[in-house]
Amino acid sequence: MGNLKRRNFIKLGGISLIAGGAALGAPNIVLGATRKVVVIGGGAGGTIAAKYIKKADSSIDVTLIETNKTYHTCFMSNEVIGGNRKIETLRYDYEGLKKHGINVVHSSASAIDVDNKKVVTADGVTLGYDRLVVSPGISLKMAAIEGYDEESALVMPHAWKAGPQTSRLRKQLEDMNNGGVVIIAPPNNPFRCPPGPYERVSQIAYYLKQSKPKSKILILDAKDKFSKQSLFTQGWKARYDGMIDWVPGTDTGGGVTSVSAKEMIASTDFEDFKGDVINVIPPQEAGLIAQSSGLADSSGWCPVHVDTFESSIHKGIHVIGDACVATGMPKSGYAANSQGKVCAAAIVASLNDTQMATPSYVNTCYSLIAPDYGISIAAVYRLSEDRSKIASVSGGLTPSDASPEALRREVQYAYSWYDNIVADMFS
Amino acid sequence: MLALFKFSSLTAFLLAALVVSADNETNMLTGTCIVCHGDSGASAGPAIPNLSSMSPNYLMGAMLAYKYENKDDLKQAIDSDDDFQDVEAFTRESTIMNRIAKGYSEAEIKAIAKYFSEQKLYFAKQSHSQENSQAGRELHEKYCASCHEGEGKSSEGDSGVLAGQWKPYFLYSMNDFLDGNRQMPKKMKIKLNKMIAGSGKQSLEELADYYASISNSLE
Repeated sequence: MGNLKRRNFIKLGGISLIAGGAALGAPNIVLGATRKVVVIGGGAGGTIAAKYIKKADSSIDVTLIETNKTYHTCFMSNEVIGGNRKIETLRYDYEGLKKHGINVVHSSASAIDVDNKKVVTADGVTLGYDRLVVSPGISLKMAAIEGYDEESALVMPHAWKAGPQTSRLRKQLEDMNNGGVVIIAPPNNPFRCPPGPYERVSQIAYYLKQSKPKSKILILDAKDKFSKQSLFTQGWKARYDGMIDWVPGTDTGGGVTSVSAKEMIASTDFEDFKGDVINVIPPQEAGLIAQSSGLADSSGWCPVHVDTFESSIHKGIHVIGDACVATGMPKSGYAANSQGKVCAAAIVASLNDTQMATPSYVNTCYSLIAPDYGISIAAVYRLSEDRSKIASVSGGLTPSDASPEALRREVQYAYSWYDNIVADMFS
Repeated sequence: MLALFKFSSLTAFLLAALVVSADNETNMLTGTCIVCHGDSGASAGPAIPNLSSMSPNYLMGAMLAYKYENKDDLKQAIDSDDDFQDVEAFTRESTIMNRIAKGYSEAEIKAIAKYFSEQKLYFAKQSHSQENSQAGRELHEKYCASCHEGEGKSSEGDSGVLAGQWKPYFLYSMNDFLDGNRQMPKKMKIKLNKMIAGSGKQSLEELADYYASISNSLE
């Protein structure tokens, strides 16, 4: 309705409108100039921000900049590593978003000219914007682990960005002998998908139990506790007893600090561990463009006003998803989706000089321990009274006494959640 | 004169724009639902139900049951709000909705229910067995049709819309009714027990295929 009214109104045109509008302080609307939004990053946050801005006001010009023509979802990629899913089932393209009238530019954003409100792509194209959304995901701090770099990541995959790395880790598990040792080195908080390393352990254990039952999994953790810990521990005991050895941060001295890809050794400050397959998950920070444009602070992540996701460093730029500090919310795909919608509402309201709706946020993360054993964490969040924090108002974990049927259903709900979130992103 | 008219319509529009529309508030809320339940409540995944075109009372009843969990609290919540006067106090167990529904106020539950009730009925795209669906049609006519009217497409009398519903979700629900994990109207209980006694548990699969076939027959 708002759209229709606005369009009819602009059609009236004329000088009297401009004069009247200026007096009321709404130059954007009155001049009828095209409002431009540029979105950097076509993942769980960026696709949603782009689509929901367009859905709310089709007169806003929306351009999405994404390096890759196809996208592999990180969610469900642990199932590829466990062998229950083919990587192709995680692959999506951007044709669906184009049908909404979104311009999709396949390039990478190489610089943001904050003062002149412009984005420069690697192809040398300059895109001006009224509002910019930055949803670049994470960048892996490989240098934080001595001996780990792009090259050794081919030998010791991180598989923390879905795609070739995921397939590589899967292939190594297939090639490993029965009786081999798989080492997984999860990073310290905060990082993308807090339950992810432990779901991965479960998926690998499921595969090994079927195909290579003499094998072991060694988790050299940087932390002393982890997401859904009691539920994972309970599931591992029920299904993979004796196969998984978790070493907490206190005993590793803060996790793996160096690796030798040549000798297949992961080392903590105390000890060297030899593995047949080594999955190094390095510490992380906001994606590169957030670093180079000064949107990140000394923590490596981007501080934002959580009611609009506008950067608290640069005005007119919004940061969503894993890259931002959404105090209270984890770095998950669902959280990024929720943030994308709140951010879209804030931008549309701002460009139309209206008041945005009351922000509402949700997160749900499923983890698959086995094909018939799923667990979850969920939360509904609200903005705190002073609009500075995102506070959980309900939610919680799968109960520890959940019935086998409930655990079976959680797997099916996870699959259906996946079907729906990718439809939300790409169609 | 013309200029004056233009100016006043401009003023009216700009003033209206300063107030958040109810639609925007509702979209913000339902935006958190559709990540699992699909755009407009048309679920893309077979275990999670389509919500579109269910009646407001049905949807409010489900959310309140998840929110309050136990019978007494549920009844009290329903009795204390006139907008819920036609909502049945039927409890239902869940894996995750009980954790989520508690985060929404009564007013928000009303808005969410209204939104999904107004969306077009979605027929899930799924396969079905021809043989089963024919048997299911007879079962439907005999045991279900008096409440689930119009081949299960109607929400008349706040009965659940069954046509086009996902089979896995339908079977979860029927099993929950039978196991006592979800309460149902007395009449339904009698009919359901009669059907199982007469035709066995296989009848549930046949009904599921029948309601799935409604979707396909309209393609």
